[in-house]
Amino acid sequence: MNAPLQATPLTAKEFKSATKPVWCPGCGDYSVLAAITKALAALGLRPENVAVVSGIGCSSRIPAYTSCYGFHGVHGRSLAAATGLKVARPELTVLVASGDGDGYSIGGNHFLHACRRNVDLTYIVMDNHVYGMTKGQPSPTTEPDWSSKLSPGGTGLREFHPLVIALASGANFIARAFSGDPNGTAALIEQAVRHPGFSFVEVLSPCVTFRPEQRAWKERARAAPVGPTDDPARAARRLMTDDGFNIGVLFEGKRPPYGVATAHAKTAPAALAASFELGEDRA
Amino acid sequence: MHFNTSPRDSVSLALAGSGGAGVMTAGNLLLEASALAGYHALMTRSSGPQIRGGEAAAMLRIATFPTDGQDDRVDVLAAIDWQNVQRFAAELPLGAGSLVLGDPAQGETPEPFARSGAQQARVPLKELAKSVADGWPNMVAVGVLAGLVGLPAEALERAMARTMKKKGIEASLAAAKLGMAQAASLPSFALREPRPQPGRWLVTGNEAAGYGALRAGVRFVAAYPITPATELLEWMAAALVKVGGAMVQAEDELASINMILGASYGGVPSLTATSGPGLALMIESIGLGVAAEIPIVVVDVMRTGPSTGIATKAEQADLNIALYGMHGDAPHVVVAPNSLADCARATAWAVEMAEALQVPAIVLSDQYFGQARGVVSAPELPDEVVQRARATADQPYCRYALNDSGISPMAVPGTPGTTYTADGLEHNERGTPSSQASDHLAQVEKRARKLARFDPGDAWASVEGDGDTAILTFGSCTGPAREALERARAGGRRLRLISVRLLAPAQPERLKRALQGVRRVLVVEQNHSGQFLRALRADWELQSETHSLRRPGPLPFRPGEILAALDKLQRSAA
Repeated sequence: MNAPLQATPLTAKEFKSATKPVWCPGCGDYSVLAAITKALAALGLRPENVAVVSGIGCSSRIPAYTSCYGFHGVHGRSLAAATGLKVARPELTVLVASGDGDGYSIGGNHFLHACRRNVDLTYIVMDNHVYGMTKGQPSPTTEPDWSSKLSPGGTGLREFHPLVIALASGANFIARAFSGDPNGTAALIEQAVRHPGFSFVEVLSPCVTFRPEQRAWKERARAAPVGPTDDPARAARRLMTDDGFNIGVLFEGKRPPYGVATAHAKTAPAALAASFELGEDRA
Repeated sequence: MHFNTSPRDSVSLALAGSGGAGVMTAGNLLLEASALAGYHALMTRSSGPQIRGGEAAAMLRIATFPTDGQDDRVDVLAAIDWQNVQRFAAELPLGAGSLVLGDPAQGETPEPFARSGAQQARVPLKELAKSVADGWPNMVAVGVLAGLVGLPAEALERAMARTMKKKGIEASLAAAKLGMAQAASLPSFALREPRPQPGRWLVTGNEAAGYGALRAGVRFVAAYPITPATELLEWMAAALVKVGGAMVQAEDELASINMILGASYGGVPSLTATSGPGLALMIESIGLGVAAEIPIVVVDVMRTGPSTGIATKAEQADLNIALYGMHGDAPHVVVAPNSLADCARATAWAVEMAEALQVPAIVLSDQYFGQARGVVSAPELPDEVVQRARATADQPYCRYALNDSGISPMAVPGTPGTTYTADGLEHNERGTPSSQASDHLAQVEKRARKLARFDPGDAWASVEGDGDTAILTFGSCTGPAREALERARAGGRRLRLISVRLLAPAQPERLKRALQGVRRVLVVEQNHSGQFLRALRADWELQSETHSLRRPGPLPFRPGEILAALDKLQRSAA
C-alpha cells in the first residue's frame, strides 16, 4: 500500500457502490465486502486510488459493489491482471478478490507465481469449499466425501491446502479470516494491505445455499492461540497441523517486494534505432 | 557448364555445416560486410532440432536493390562439412549455373547436392585454415564467398571489428584472405557496384516490431518465451529499461495476456509477443479486451502448426485463429506487416489502432520476418503517440456510453469521479452487468461500430503496379510477389500487386477499388487450406476469376514460381 493517506478519512459506506449484489441472503461474502470497505476507510484511502481486481465466481462480483476502480476479468486470471496493473501503476493500492474455484483450481498456477513474485498486492480468497455460481460442484477445498450431482459419493480427493501452498511458494504474509467476524476480517485485510509485497488472506466465507452445514463454522472459528511467526519451518508445522479454523496472521516474513527500477529512465525511444543504423559515414 | 559471369544485381549464397562449424558466425559476418559495402542483404537461417549446435544453414541474399525475399535459386552453396546438411536440400534449391563448394577433407558431396545439376568445386577449407595460427575453416569459407561476389577485404575487416572480439580478428582476416585467393580460380559471381542510400538499418523483424511498438508508446510488456517470438521480447526487455517502461516475465501465456490487460486498464499502452500455441492460450482473454474495451497488442510471430508444429519455421496458418478465434461477436484488429521494415510500421500502427479504438490488435508477423536479419531503409514512424480518449469527471460517468463513433472515453485509475468496473460480463453504458437483450444489442453494435467507422486510409494495403492481372497476398509472401511483379514489368508485362496489411476489420470497398480493371486474381499464401482466400471470399469483394497459389510452410515462395503460376493463368485465359 502506498497511496497517500487522507486528512479526513472516508467512511466504509463511501467505499460501497449502489449496485445490489447477486449473492444469496446469508452469504458470507456480504461480510467480506463490509470488511473490505471498512479496511479501506481505516487505511484512509480514496476510492479512486484503489483498484479491486477479480475473476469469475460469486466472490469475484465484489469489484462492482465497491466505489473503487474495478476489473472483473476472466475466470482464474485475476492475479495476472492485478500484477500487470500494479507493476504499470505502482502508486495504486491493488486488492484481488477470488474464491476457492477461481483461485485454487483454474487460477492455481497464478497463485503459486504471485506468491513467488511478491508484487505488492493483497489477495483475498473467499473460501466456501464449493462452486456456488454454477450451483454446487466440488472445488479443490471440498471435503472428499461431499456428494453432489457432478461427484456422486464425493470426489475421493484430498483437499487442497492453500495456506501451506502459499508458504511453500514464497508468500510473505499469510492470514486466515472468518466472514462471521467482519471487524476481525477488516483488521486482517488492513494489516495485509499495509504489508509490503504480496499478502494473502484466506477468508472462510460460508455458502449457506449449497453448504448449509457451514453455518456451524461460527462455532469452530477461533483466534489462533499464538501470534504470527516469521519462521517458515514453524509456520509450515502450524499450518499443516491446525484444523483449518485458526484465525489471524499465521506467517509474516520480510522478503523485499517485487521491484521495478526503471521509472526514472528516460531515453527517447527514437534513440534506440542507433543500434540498427549502419552508420553510412563508415561506408 | 556455362556460367553467367557478367556482373549481377543479386546473388544468393548458402553456408552449411554441423554444429560448431561456425555457420551462423560466418553468415552474419558476410551479412555485415555486404551491408557495410553498401549492398542490400538479407540472411535467413535454418537449423536442426537440437537445442544447441546441430546442423545449420545460413542463407544470404546480397543485392544492389532492396529485397526481403528469397531468389529462385541458391547460386553458391558452401559446406564447411556435410554432416546432416542434406536435411536442408529442399530449402537450398540448386540448378545449372549454381556452384557447390565442398572441402575434400569432408568427403563426398551428398546425393541431393551432387545430383542438382550444379557445378562442383573443391576447396581445402580445413587445410588452409590450419596454415594460419588460430585460423578456422568457416573464416576461409567467408573469404571464398566474399571473393566470389567481389566483397572487398576491407568490408570484411570492418564487419569483423563490429562483430568479433579484437584478438580473433587478425587470424580470421588472414584465413579469409586465403579463401579470397581461392576464389580467383572459381567462376565469378561478382555483383555490380552498390548504390547505397543513406539511412539504412541492419535489423531483424523481431527487433523492428519491438522498436515500432516503443515508438508508438508501449511501456509495459508481459513475456512468456516461445520460438520464434522470444527475441522480440528479449529486445524489449533491454529497451524498456532504457525508456522507462516495465516488463514482467509471466508464468504462462494466460498470465501474460492478462498482465497486459491489467496494465493497459491502468492506462499504460501494453503489448505481448507470442507464436501460435501461445496465441491459442490467449484467445479467451483477448475476448475480454474486446468486451471490456481495453487496448492491447499481441504480436504473433507465426510458425508452422497445428500444435507444436515446426517451432523454428514459418507458415501463414494462424490467420483463421487471429480472425475468428474468439467466441462471441468479437470485432478486433488484425494487421500483417508485409516487409522486414514494415514490422516496425505495422506494429506501431497496431498500437495506434488499439489505443484509438480501445480494442485488441493482433499483429501477424512470422518466423521468416521475425528471425531474418537484413538491410532495410529506415522506416518512417510517427513522432506523435496516439492518445486514447480519456474520461474526465462527469456525473454519472458512463464508461461504455453510446455515441456515433462507438468510442467512449476511458477513465484511468487514480482519476477522481470516474471510477467504474471494467467487465467481461455484458454491461450497460455505466458498466453495470446486464443480461438484458437491449443492453447486449446496444453494446455489440457499439463495439462493431467503432471498427466499421474506422478509416485506415491508404495504409490498409500496399497497392503497386497496374494491368488486368493481380496478385493478392499478405505478410511475408509479399517480397517474392513484389519481385515477380518487377520481373514481369522488366519483361514488358503489366501486373498489379495488392498486399493487404489490415486483415480486420475487412475493407471490401477499398479492395473493390484497388481491383478496378482487374480480370483475374492470383491469391498467394503460405498455408494448406487457403485461409486468406476463404477470408477474402467471406468478407471482401473478389473477382469471379480468382485462383489460388498456396502451400504450407516452411518453404518460402520464390518469385519464379509465382511468375510461372501467372503465366499458366494467362495462357489458359488466352
